[in-house]
Amino acid sequence: MKSCGAQRNALTRREFLAASGALVIGFSLAPSSLRAQKPPGPKLPGSLDANPMLDSWLRIDADGGITLFTGKAELGQGVKTALIQIAAEQLYVSPQRIRLITADTRQTPDEGYTAGSNSMKDSGTAIMNAAAQVREILIARAAERLGVAADRLKAQEGAVVADDGRRLGFGELVVDGLTKVRADGQSKLKDPAAYSIIGKSMSRVDIPAKVTGGAAYVQDLRLPGMVHARVVRPPSYGARLRELQTAAVEKMPGVLKVVRDGSFVAVVAAHEYEAIQAMRSLAAAARWEERATLPEQAEFYAYLQKLPADIIVDLDRQAAGSPGARSFEASYRRPYQMHGAIGPSCAVGLFKDGVLTVWTHSQGVYPLRKSIAEMLRLPEDRVQCIHVEGSGCYGHNAADDAAADAALIARAFPDRPVRVQWMREHEHQWEPYGPAMLTSVKAALDSAGNIVTWDYEVTSNTHSMRPGGAGNLLPAWHLETPFAPAAPKPIPLPEGGGDRNAIPFYRVPSVHVVHRFVPAMPVRVSALRALGAYMNVFSIESFIDELAQAAGADPVDFRLRHLDDPRARDVVSLAAARFGWASYVRAPGRGRGFAFARYKNLAAYVALALEVDVNREKGSVRVVRAVAAVDSGQAVNPDGIRNQIEGGIIQSSSWTLHEAVEFDTTSIKSADWSRYPILRFPEIPESIDVHVIDRPGAAFLGTGEAAQGPTAAAIGNAIAYATGARIRELPFDRKRVRSAIGV
Amino acid sequence: MIELNINGRTQSVDAAPDTPLLYVLRDHLAMNGAKFGCGLGQCGACTVMVDGDAVFSCLTPISIVAGRRIKTVEGLGTIENPGPLQRAFIDEQAAQCGYCIAGMMMRAQALLEKNPSPSDAEIRRHLMPNLCRCGTQMRIFRAVRRAAQAMQAGDGASERSRA
Repeated sequence: MKSCGAQRNALTRREFLAASGALVIGFSLAPSSLRAQKPPGPKLPGSLDANPMLDSWLRIDADGGITLFTGKAELGQGVKTALIQIAAEQLYVSPQRIRLITADTRQTPDEGYTAGSNSMKDSGTAIMNAAAQVREILIARAAERLGVAADRLKAQEGAVVADDGRRLGFGELVVDGLTKVRADGQSKLKDPAAYSIIGKSMSRVDIPAKVTGGAAYVQDLRLPGMVHARVVRPPSYGARLRELQTAAVEKMPGVLKVVRDGSFVAVVAAHEYEAIQAMRSLAAAARWEERATLPEQAEFYAYLQKLPADIIVDLDRQAAGSPGARSFEASYRRPYQMHGAIGPSCAVGLFKDGVLTVWTHSQGVYPLRKSIAEMLRLPEDRVQCIHVEGSGCYGHNAADDAAADAALIARAFPDRPVRVQWMREHEHQWEPYGPAMLTSVKAALDSAGNIVTWDYEVTSNTHSMRPGGAGNLLPAWHLETPFAPAAPKPIPLPEGGGDRNAIPFYRVPSVHVVHRFVPAMPVRVSALRALGAYMNVFSIESFIDELAQAAGADPVDFRLRHLDDPRARDVVSLAAARFGWASYVRAPGRGRGFAFARYKNLAAYVALALEVDVNREKGSVRVVRAVAAVDSGQAVNPDGIRNQIEGGIIQSSSWTLHEAVEFDTTSIKSADWSRYPILRFPEIPESIDVHVIDRPGAAFLGTGEAAQGPTAAAIGNAIAYATGARIRELPFDRKRVRSAIGV
Repeated sequence: MIELNINGRTQSVDAAPDTPLLYVLRDHLAMNGAKFGCGLGQCGACTVMVDGDAVFSCLTPISIVAGRRIKTVEGLGTIENPGPLQRAFIDEQAAQCGYCIAGMMMRAQALLEKNPSPSDAEIRRHLMPNLCRCGTQMRIFRAVRRAAQAMQAGDGASERSRA
């Protein structure tokens, strides 16, 4: 693996070590061009396969300090805590001894995006194996030093201890290059039966600062000499700046510079509120040319259905045998829905000595670096992106765009850190939404009431327009020399995009699943938590209830008789039992609903039973209580899993009951929380119980997005049970519910 | 210069009188607790207390809070020595991203200072102005209830020790 690139990294590392004065097992960051040359051999576990050098994951200082590196980012999902737990377990140290560095192009491995509920599978698996191998290396080194066999040694709280009582601290065992070796994925992992950290709930490492006013977010960064900027966003997608008088604004208090490049306009000021006032004045002074680029919202679904589509056949399995005795069909609709971060996106940029550094809450610092370098026409090694937590993002929101804003403004105003935060209306109107979708399904039951054929079609835009290039960064569209968005691509199965979870998990002899991929995107879209799985699981699980009703079967029994996977059956049975499904007595206005999905058909299993209360007069629906069962494989931090599932249930309830982006033919009308209402506190359920089925030693199964789809379907099923009205269009807002139940 | 009483300390601030308190706290005084969320009084991320009431600091010009008692999440305790409400949020693990949490806590603190034993319905109603997008409301609710109990037990204990 020797090359100029690797040597340059090694030099950088030595320089870094010289500066820090520590004897360490540094780190290896092989440029991505080198990763393609990895030697043949079995695939290494998780992200080790792409980043095989052990010292890119773990560093042990001469003082015994342990530093863990991950390319994944904390998004509020608790990943930092879980990764520390995994490393601590395999190193036989307490979690408090481990310092964790997250996504940073200067120091961590490139693990792509923190997305898709993949962090535990990718990074967790890599860290588990890397830490086990580092422990074995330390023990082997101690065996050499102490002159005893390795099997007489064990790791214990930062030291290697011999059975005769002699001990050597990890720091004493460190020599340069000790772990500058490739991972082999062969090290003996700790026996899951002996786990004392994994599988036990651990308090999140990030929470104390968050509840005491600590500097916890990129929004809280205050670098020496920092100034504040705001961007004047165009009023609509098709707007172009025709005229802008800046002289008056340049004289406003605190204003340091007005930056303009084509239709990209920003202002830099000494204080934040001065920047906001100057931005408002600039916005008032700007003259824009607007164009109607959007379809009529009232006819939107018909418009979407007619847009040209690429046909992708996800599955075509035709079994010989009896055609169904009775067939049924239904179709479902989902509007554009937004991420709606509570904290508008933010970034800090510094352009100094020809190097741009951006502090960002992007989900992918490496892809962002590539995109920003392209936008600024800088070599990639002149751009560094450092993840700092932001407000929860739930997918690809405006984080990368804010980072691009900071990059552009910092270049125009060099040598001082520039902090830019979006305004609420900008976040609401410009973030890339979760795509609107259409699904339709036809299925047949045989005479025994079993599903024999299933024919499903999903129509959707792409679910990822993440920055893989400058054209996917919003401000790059508005430059004098603009960058156009990359051609949208579908995300292939098994992950899937619009067709994520489009293939039913149930046993059906003949299945035909088609993804109608629509390239044209009138409204800006990208990845929203769960991608197409939210809509596909809503559709499938609603229709399963409709079929169960047609078959005269209980919805839980009907699911169980079409499920072969024992783990799927376990979550279904457990959720039903803990809810009291079988003994449920319907009260007036109340109803129960059930849903199940295995996220992506390969990650966590979630079954959910819930009860709703439907106010017939108002049309309002409230989830009264919910009981979920989840199998995430080996549970690392059970309370973290519960927190994610509880949060997913509430967030998805909000999407499902309230949320749809509104637009006219020119602009987005959902500019703030009054035009895009979300769930508020009085609507929360009385209880949400999440039961975690731990599978010690089993693979980690991603969980963070697993509740989104089941929640929507369970609510729809419960409304149908309570009122007799089946609603197939999201959201179930008051107007739609009243109309469905005929009030 | 305007004098502000923040968490029991008087601070002089050189900012225009119409500057919203939020920006003075964050930018002039380098305090992190109050957050910018909407600037419209719709989300509550910026909530602080003024003379015991929860207010949106994004809509409150400093000119009208001069000399009044301003309390922020920094005034409830420290990371080394968290106050009862902060302790309850840690114990309940009542955060995901946590961006809304300081605002939630200040609105809850305003409730508990006026009504030390609120009913469940009162807690839910009182927190309505504050949005949480991660869906952590169940835990936030439990943390507020836990803090109420802890504060009452704590008051009882200190009264007993005085007696």
